Amino acid sequence: MSEAVTQTLNIIKSNKLIAKYDKDARDIFGFWVYLMTDCVLFASLFAVFAVLRHNTYGGPGASLLFSMPYALVETIILLTSSFTCGLAVLSAQLKHNKRVLFWFIVTFALGASFLGLELNEFHNFIAMGDSWRRSGFLSSYFVLVATHGLHITLGLLWIAVMSVFVLKRGISDLVMKRIRMLSMFWHFLDVVWIFIFTIVYLFGAIRV
Amino acid sequence: MGLISIFANFWLGKLNLQALPPNAIQWFGAILMLSVPIGLALLLTVKKKWKWLYKEWLTTQDPKKIGVMYILVALAMLLRGGADVMFMKTQQSISVGHNMGILSASHFQQIVSAHGTIMIFFVAMGLMFGLINLIVPLQIGARDVAFPFLNATSFWLFFAGMILVNASLVLGDFAATGWLAYPPLSELRYSPTVGVDYWIWSLEIAGAGSLLAAINFLVTIFKMRVKGMNFMKMPMFVWSVLGSLMLVAFAFPILTVTLGLLALDRDLGTHFFTAGGGGNMMMYVNLIWAWGHPEVYILVLPGFGVFSEVVSTFARKRLFGYTSMVWAIGAIVLLSFLVWLHHFFTMGAGSDVNAFFGIMTMIIAIPTGVKIFNWLFTMYRGKIRLESPILWFIGFVVIFTIGGMAGVLLAVPPIDFQLHNSLFLVAHFHMMIVGGVLFADFAAITYWFPKIFGFKLNEKLGRFTFWCWLIGFLTSFIPLYILGFMGATRRLNHYSASLGWQQLFIVSAIGAAIIGLGVGAQILQFVVSIIQRKNNLDTTGDPWDGRSLEWSTPSPVPFYTFARLPHVTERDAFWVAKRQKVEDKRPYEDIAIPKNSPLSMVIALGAFLLGFGIVWHIWWLAVSGLLTIIATIIIRSMDEETEYVLKASDVERLDKQYRMQTKTRETKLAVEV
Ligand code: HEM
Ligand SMILES: [Cu+2]
Repeated sequence: MSEAVTQTLNIIKSNKLIAKYDKDARDIFGFWVYLMTDCVLFASLFAVFAVLRHNTYGGPGASLLFSMPYALVETIILLTSSFTCGLAVLSAQLKHNKRVLFWFIVTFALGASFLGLELNEFHNFIAMGDSWRRSGFLSSYFVLVATHGLHITLGLLWIAVMSVFVLKRGISDLVMKRIRMLSMFWHFLDVVWIFIFTIVYLFGAIRV
Repeated sequence: MGLISIFANFWLGKLNLQALPPNAIQWFGAILMLSVPIGLALLLTVKKKWKWLYKEWLTTQDPKKIGVMYILVALAMLLRGGADVMFMKTQQSISVGHNMGILSASHFQQIVSAHGTIMIFFVAMGLMFGLINLIVPLQIGARDVAFPFLNATSFWLFFAGMILVNASLVLGDFAATGWLAYPPLSELRYSPTVGVDYWIWSLEIAGAGSLLAAINFLVTIFKMRVKGMNFMKMPMFVWSVLGSLMLVAFAFPILTVTLGLLALDRDLGTHFFTAGGGGNMMMYVNLIWAWGHPEVYILVLPGFGVFSEVVSTFARKRLFGYTSMVWAIGAIVLLSFLVWLHHFFTMGAGSDVNAFFGIMTMIIAIPTGVKIFNWLFTMYRGKIRLESPILWFIGFVVIFTIGGMAGVLLAVPPIDFQLHNSLFLVAHFHMMIVGGVLFADFAAITYWFPKIFGFKLNEKLGRFTFWCWLIGFLTSFIPLYILGFMGATRRLNHYSASLGWQQLFIVSAIGAAIIGLGVGAQILQFVVSIIQRKNNLDTTGDPWDGRSLEWSTPSPVPFYTFARLPHVTERDAFWVAKRQKVEDKRPYEDIAIPKNSPLSMVIALGAFLLGFGIVWHIWWLAVSGLLTIIATIIIRSMDEETEYVLKASDVERLDKQYRMQTKTRETKLAVEV
């Protein structure tokens, strides 16, 4: 092969690499943009909660309903799950398939316990007659927290699907990229929860 | 008996025979609506075109085709919205004194609400996303969008929302609450039928499509501009789209939440916006306008972009004040979120708050004015060709300026107290949206039609259409200003003869009829142009002596878009390149092209079932819809081979063939490799 042809081929090859790199960067950037729109969604729900916080309509208010220790346990569980999710990403970078699976299972278990606690709390309120039908305040509480819970549910589903991917296909570039996005999603939900913890539970308990 | 009703309740929810149209006029509407899909299906069967349709269109991931589909749906919806107008205008012209007209009050309100909803969400938004799909990748020198599958999914979600709105003609009714469905009227207590639910879910689904499309094109514009095109070298249309889509990304989640909460109020008994139970109705009004005001700029910004392209092309000059245009867009994007309260000055916010928002509103008129002057200065001393795209621009300037001045009047709170919710307001926003959005879209269709289809539209009929629209529009809406001053409120289905309004209403109806003539001419224009396309072929790829990259491709644009990616060093890249006459000697390269996939359609089908199921409380259907969506996404994620490769040698062969056939000027967008 002549010099020129090999040179051209090299250029084409490196172009392909660049193209692939570009594509991954694009996907991650797109996911950031999506997360930002999700932020706006939660911000709207927080605004709604702020407006309706005192509209208890004769029903119980925040200080009566919420138990700080309970919310704190939920918080710790979720924060830990974020940590284990981070460990999963690290193991994935090192291509330790088994460890990734292990940390995924731990993360899933923690996420599921969080969800269980949340549903249990809902159940207790509803059993006492304080469902979302009771007042504007309770409507906004239930919907804000449940929207977060719904996201967690989707996250769990995603973890499950990714585990199957790791098991069946190993950690290809594609799988790695998706694991990255999954962990971005999971951390994002953590941040949202911190806001929920502060604005809903903490401010509720100290009667701001 | 009990058992049967439980059975029916489970399988059909609230759906029963009473959901069918109650009277002759509504049957007429339903049959008219149904005749379109049935007619199309028959035609496809007779012509044996189903397979072609499926392979070439329904499963496509090509933004050029998706753009065409958006526009076709939007134009069909323009006819639907226009049919609504026929009923409304007839009613308002004759329903005076003892004559109650042809429509019941509730039916009239449904038609008005459907008209507004369809025109905004399915005409204006559809045309906008259609154009974005067609033109943005071409103008930034990209072969595709960032996420082709997501793009097709966005379109099909839009389509599903459209079907849901129109389903209300046949089964059940539509919201009789106006296009923004304020509570408490839109709450279950006062609107117990499925109308509001149809409204909510069609917008929720179409809105999700818009949001996904916005994410997609934001990434496309940020990350896929061709080498050399930095932000300040982007065509102005791309800038406008960028501004508009940033607004979509920030505003549409608010809409999603607002509609969702209203749905929860109606279906699960929450108290977000209810009159009792600790709900807050004003919160709805705030939320919906926190989306709604940005929405008007979402619609109009791409329109501004179109005019920027058209004006500089037809004046054969660089766009005047490019940088100031960019700043104006930035200012509009920012200010859009700071004026929402002007939509409810009258609802008791207090004079300090009203004053603030009044002033902000007047300020937003400034960047808008800057843009108008920039276009006029671009035309000044240009060699203007008065073809129909520029005619639409001139019509726009006239109408938009009148409407804008009316808007600034409305921005003064004491004046707004007189004119709020009157026909004066209706005239204001129609002047803005028809002048700024629809006229721009018509200009765009005329301008870019040859690029997409390879031949120009018939100019004579185009001009005739324009004059019908301009004269008809002014005749129809100037009387509304006067009626507004006289105290006529919006959504009026009956009034007393002693008010002396009837003549003006009749004049307005005549104006609408003239617009109708224009629409007829437009349809004729398409038909005639297709039949006589041999006379209007665009053999150069550059029929208007254009300035931006889309004109460097052959017309119609080949499926791989750019055989070789163009190289950009200047603003108006193609205009510059045409004068440099350098030959492109770079080698061709392999091109990855997304494969077709029916899964986008399946996701939208799931969304439709979900929406329809919730509207009628058919829960098994809603759940199956949701599961369909989730399962489809998972299935899609397992497919790693979503693209195929077009070999460089094939690209070369096709490109040479194409250029031979169409005699395209060899693109001179060369670079040293
Ligand atoms: C020149 C800048 C503008 C100003 C100062 C302005 C001002 C206003 C004001 C004060 C109102 C509320 C009036 C009332 O409800 O009593 C209003 C309503 C409206 N404007 Fe504008 N506007 C401007 C531009 C636009 C543009 C560019 C569009 C659309 C492309 C638009 C579309 C609308 C719509 C759709 C409504 C009312 C919708 C409804 O109540 O159903 N406006 N405008
Ligand atoms: Cu506004």
